[in-house]
Amino acid sequence: MSADHAGPSAAVAARVRRLEALLEQRGLIDSQDLERRLDAFLARATPANGARVVARAWLDDGFRERLLADANAALPEVGLSMGGGLQEQQLRVVENTAERHNVVVCTLCSCYPLALLGPSPAWYKSEAYRSRVVREPRAVLRDFGFVLEPEVQIDVWDASAETRYMVLPRRPPGTGNLDEPALAGLVTRNGLIGVAPI
Amino acid sequence: MPERFRIGDVVRTSQADPPHHTRLPRYARGATGTVAGLLGRHPLPDRRARGLPAEPEPVYEVRFPASELFGTGDHTVTISLWESYLRVVRQTAREATT
Repeated sequence: MSADHAGPSAAVAARVRRLEALLEQRGLIDSQDLERRLDAFLARATPANGARVVARAWLDDGFRERLLADANAALPEVGLSMGGGLQEQQLRVVENTAERHNVVVCTLCSCYPLALLGPSPAWYKSEAYRSRVVREPRAVLRDFGFVLEPEVQIDVWDASAETRYMVLPRRPPGTGNLDEPALAGLVTRNGLIGVAPI
Repeated sequence: MPERFRIGDVVRTSQADPPHHTRLPRYARGATGTVAGLLGRHPLPDRRARGLPAEPEPVYEVRFPASELFGTGDHTVTISLWESYLRVVRQTAREATT
């Protein structure tokens, strides 16, 4: 039942702590090493990573095509990867166009490409966002202050399996003279989820 | 085992309400959509969560019109679904395999 998956995380957290304690007792892991690894992963996990990917894609059509075809294979070109967590995650980048806008959600829990977007915002994990955005995305975007032209088709991506999604937003007009770092500076986490324009 | 479905195939999701963990979202049960992408192979969580053997099986991106899922709306929802959740409705033309 999907409710189990979304359900109270306290029981799961308790189980994880118990497992951790047992692994430590038996000398299989070292709690300090675990802390260090978690800290190192979180220190690297920031939306600045996603922003760099987007800026490169805006400037380099070849990179953009490789990114949309196989994001995991393209990320090393900008010095990033989907590894670093417990297992390498599969990433899919979906591109906004004049005709089509993408929004990302995980209705069963809160799956999200942490390494590229940083820790997920509380609203992303909320029942309200998860249940509403699949049903009425236009109204949800409006709540974020983002009014899409009625002719733009919306596709909502529900990350219900092992793949994580990131939106490639449209490059804003009037940015032709900006370099890669300046373009990256325009990109927001909400833009990478698809709930804000850039 | 090769993928049963290809991009463009029309599929229908299972109607079952299983008494165990599953990653077929409730709102997408018994719904008809179109295969839009292939996402590699992964063990079926319904079996893995119960400690049963689970060979990796194909996972697909399946796109549904909102009207099919909710009876209203002009958008689409694309969901990642394991092959076991899907039944064929209509296949795209296959080349003859001899």
